[in-house]
Amino acid sequence: MNLQSELESLRVDAPDGLITAVLAETGLVDRYAVRPSPLGDVFVSFNSRGVTAVDLAESAEAFERRFQTIYGRPVVPVDEIPPPVARHVDTAIREGRPGRLAVDLSGLTDFQQAVLRRTAMIPRGEVRPYGWIAKEIGKPGAVRAVGTALAQNPVPMIIPCHRVVRSDGTLGKYSLGGAENKRVLLEIEGLDVDGFARLAVSGVRFVGSETTRIFCHPTCRNARRITDANRVEFGSEAAAQGAGYRACRVCRPSVAA
Amino acid sequence: MTTMTADLTSRLAEDLDGAFPDLVRELSSGLYSGALRMLGDHHEAEEVAQDAFVRAYRALQGYPAQRIRELRLRGWVWTIAANLCRNRIRSRARRPTGSFDGIDPPERGDGPEAIAISTESVGQLAAQLLGLPWEMRTAVVLKHVVGLSYDEISDALDRPRGTVRSDVSRGLARLRSALHREEER
Repeated sequence: MNLQSELESLRVDAPDGLITAVLAETGLVDRYAVRPSPLGDVFVSFNSRGVTAVDLAESAEAFERRFQTIYGRPVVPVDEIPPPVARHVDTAIREGRPGRLAVDLSGLTDFQQAVLRRTAMIPRGEVRPYGWIAKEIGKPGAVRAVGTALAQNPVPMIIPCHRVVRSDGTLGKYSLGGAENKRVLLEIEGLDVDGFARLAVSGVRFVGSETTRIFCHPTCRNARRITDANRVEFGSEAAAQGAGYRACRVCRPSVAA
Repeated sequence: MTTMTADLTSRLAEDLDGAFPDLVRELSSGLYSGALRMLGDHHEAEEVAQDAFVRAYRALQGYPAQRIRELRLRGWVWTIAANLCRNRIRSRARRPTGSFDGIDPPERGDGPEAIAISTESVGQLAAQLLGLPWEMRTAVVLKHVVGLSYDEISDALDRPRGTVRSDVSRGLARLRSALHREEER
């Protein structure tokens, strides 16, 4: 063998992980792992910016296919979750808030990001109407668009879109495996879903306290402390304000669409 | 190869994120092998190759489409990779306590046959390469292990084409006589 062809034979294949590592580092491919959740095992994907998706797919292949379709890039399984994600992901899913977990919303519009950021701040065990989110982000007319943005929430449970419901007391749609899962998650969080629905069906949108003269969303932690004797019910913000009540500074009630 | 990379530059110019994985797939073996033969260390070669691709991607993100179309891709990526290799060698020189082993150890887990081949011919040649001065080593590796043209090597190493040619031929001559000496032992 001559020297030049011997030198050519010094060419070797790159190690298996190299291409994936490059694509992960540049954000062109995401990695995923299976994690426990209140709804059973979920696929959780992430890149160098943070968590990119949470999905209840029936199989790894189905998840990989759906991910490629939605995000236009591949996702590959990983044995070891990188520490910044590993440290916080299970807590975030269990508690239903991002906390210290980085979430990558970079592919979404400013509007979608605003909806999701506001939704992320709704406390566990409480619900708010779609119209409230619209008003909170300064787009009071965009109630339907809020619904659409939440339907496309890439990280359900971590950003708790299950805590945004219809003002008529029905729960509305849920992207992660259907509407029944929305009820399951809220009940796990201790919300009396049927009680909330009964109240809404009877026209009650807010409750106030005769002692503090403050009114709240019915599931606000302050509302739940009001004793029956002091409890007043209102069908609208205008009615509450007309009766001389001021809005709670925690749950910031507004006109629900 | 040349038509493939030409097509690749125009696809990168149109859709960087869509085409970049193809660039990585097409250049990864050459980039890793070249770094391995310049540095003699699997782990460092992998880090250099990964770092070079990531830097290339970030640079391309900032380039206008026309500039990407005009790139001689392999030579350009090797500009980045050769610099990273040289930095590794320099930082070894700054901490000389035995970190430079200079040989390419056979991969653990290879069968006895593979180890025999590796140490007898491949291993010996790889070790001789690492004994070449840096200018010759980079030129020989890029020409005969990676398979770049003299123009591409000239881009990558920022040396005139004539200098690169002479570095390659002097490097080959040294390898021949070194291997000859080994055989006579």
